[in-house]
Amino acid sequence: MITDDNQVMREALRIDPLSTCQPLGAIYAALGVHACLSLSHGSSGCVRYQKDLIGKHLQKNIRVASSMLRETAAIFGGKDNLKTAVKNIYENYNPDIIAVHTTCLSETIGDDIQAIINEITLPKEKNIVYARTPSYGGSHITGYSNMVEAFLSQLTRPCDIKRNKAFIIPGFINPGDVKEIKRIVSLFQGEVCVFPDISDVFDVATPVKVNQYAAGGTPVREIISAAECRLVISLGRLAAQSGAEILSDKFSLPCAKLDLPIGVEATDRYIDTLNGFYCQQPPSQLVQERRHLIDLILNAEPYLYKKKAALFCDPDISLPLCEFLAGLGIDPAYVFTGSDSKDLADRLNSIFKKYGIEGLVKCNTDLFELEQHLQNSPVDLLIGDVHGKRLARRLNIPLVRLGFPVTDRFITQYLPIVGYQGSVRILEMLLDAILERYDGNSSEEELKFTL
Amino acid sequence: MRQIAIYGKGGIGKSTVAQNLCAALALTGKKIMVVGCDPKADCTRLLLGGMAQNTILDTLRKSGEDIDLELVIKSGYSGIKCVESGGPEPCVGCAGRGIITAINLLEKRGAYTPDLNFVLYDVLGDVVCGGFAMPIREGKAKEIYIVVSGEMMALYAANNISRGVQKFASTGDVRLGGLICNSRKVDGEKNLVENFARELGTRVIHFIPRDNIVQYAEINKKTVVEYDPDSRQAGEYQALAKAIEENTSFSIPKPLEQKRLEELFMQFGLTNQTH
Repeated sequence: MITDDNQVMREALRIDPLSTCQPLGAIYAALGVHACLSLSHGSSGCVRYQKDLIGKHLQKNIRVASSMLRETAAIFGGKDNLKTAVKNIYENYNPDIIAVHTTCLSETIGDDIQAIINEITLPKEKNIVYARTPSYGGSHITGYSNMVEAFLSQLTRPCDIKRNKAFIIPGFINPGDVKEIKRIVSLFQGEVCVFPDISDVFDVATPVKVNQYAAGGTPVREIISAAECRLVISLGRLAAQSGAEILSDKFSLPCAKLDLPIGVEATDRYIDTLNGFYCQQPPSQLVQERRHLIDLILNAEPYLYKKKAALFCDPDISLPLCEFLAGLGIDPAYVFTGSDSKDLADRLNSIFKKYGIEGLVKCNTDLFELEQHLQNSPVDLLIGDVHGKRLARRLNIPLVRLGFPVTDRFITQYLPIVGYQGSVRILEMLLDAILERYDGNSSEEELKFTL
Repeated sequence: MRQIAIYGKGGIGKSTVAQNLCAALALTGKKIMVVGCDPKADCTRLLLGGMAQNTILDTLRKSGEDIDLELVIKSGYSGIKCVESGGPEPCVGCAGRGIITAINLLEKRGAYTPDLNFVLYDVLGDVVCGGFAMPIREGKAKEIYIVVSGEMMALYAANNISRGVQKFASTGDVRLGGLICNSRKVDGEKNLVENFARELGTRVIHFIPRDNIVQYAEINKKTVVEYDPDSRQAGEYQALAKAIEENTSFSIPKPLEQKRLEELFMQFGLTNQTH
């Protein structure tokens, strides 16, 4: 049992960490751009794991190039490798754009990527951007944010013509979530650009040839002309906000900094913002969806009330999810995250205060610590990524799979947890887990066919 | 085989001292290899008579890891084997990693033959990262000599290098063999350096006076020992060689606190002299 006396403070060790390296996020962000190929500037190992993990999460093969730095490149610098890699990529794979990200190796030897890129003559109509993503700082969320920033700061150009168009930057979420965010905004029938847009990249047929790309992803020209938009909306403080700020500062655009639209209130805020921008009443479809969600919540409430949950997701998901759970009557007793987030605890605590909940918020921590807390004071539900699987088994607590990565279940990546519809889905997952457990604990005679 | 590493502030005359030391040792019939650990690759110029040397890393870059030792080990004055690690051009890559790779390659390809009496590493002045500690890692050079002068910054650097030596001494058998004072004719120099050495827990193994003949020899791409073997300065290098050959006093340095170092300057250095 963990007490103040026997708790070992660890600074240099994480056991079952809750975050991974920056390049993973950079690759994930670049996957949301149409016909974009990521190029990892590092040794081959720097990209192998990231590529595999995203691939397993999406249940698809993903392609990432590597500049293959070896001993001599580590000593003499990776310039030649990077230039050759860019040349080979355009010759063989013909993407519209290459998104270069650095690694621990190239950052440590200090390669000046901008200077190297300046020396490269790109084929006509082709582009290249780069983000600095050493893994010894930040997490995959930082890497995502850095790559989003890279696109928005390096590609965008001033525009003379303004359009009544919103530029939406989602955080690190699943293809199904981006699709739902797009569906909601499409109901307003206004112009919009969503970047990065990982929908219709993997939930479509895989292109046959190596130099073909899926139809999805934000077109590069839409990113270049971001300045024609009249509003920037970021969804997710850690992953998306800095990108929105760059765009907002660069072109003096108004900026709405929102959370991911998970749960009733966060989705309300997203839709209110869209209402305000497109000067419309909320589309009737959304009004209906909201009513339906509230209805379901009222029905489900007795099964969820005062249940305790432990969350281990990225901060951008944790925050609106906790808000939603608290509204459902569930106590988010533990909110653990691997990333560093300065204001997560403050914002969560104000939610906890509103609902009279005692919750423990910890950033930059791991599942090992969570497990010790759970042994002292267990919960009814675990909510988080696949790495909670063993923990769930050991502690005999049901696991609701959310966030990144979920590598042991099909389809879930292509169904949303955002919007009212996504919230219905979260509700279903929570209820299923709780009722399944209830049935499992019942004797055969006690089993009921009704609720 | 004794492996010796020479450290010291940049520009203090390490390479000149090291090459003259090698030349003097060679005169007594010793078999020697010099390993230059400086991306500038200028540690063996005097021994090779200015001959351009293929560096290990250039060779590695051109022809891969299967390096032929004959390509990178040149025979210099009196049969001294001369090797340069080389490194990246200024402002790119990682020179430290280069030193590690170069020395690893030398080991792997069997450059350390048993007939050698001395292997001498000449390491660039600014020991900025772990790579430049390679010569004293993993039981290679166990004897270290720091080249100093009576100038303030030279002693600062020596004190700093001693910190590194102390670190490696605590986990292995690396020891400081002494300071070599390469005189800059600073007032009170000998006294200051000797007192510094005492506080550091070592000694000045030899005081090399300043002599213009060194410049003449260098212009002629020769060590003084070769250029004018009978000169007084050549005698000084021979005395240094003898002192190092017979040295039995090795210590773990006790680096000075910044404050104490400055007190030392006040007590013995320039500030205590009358013009």
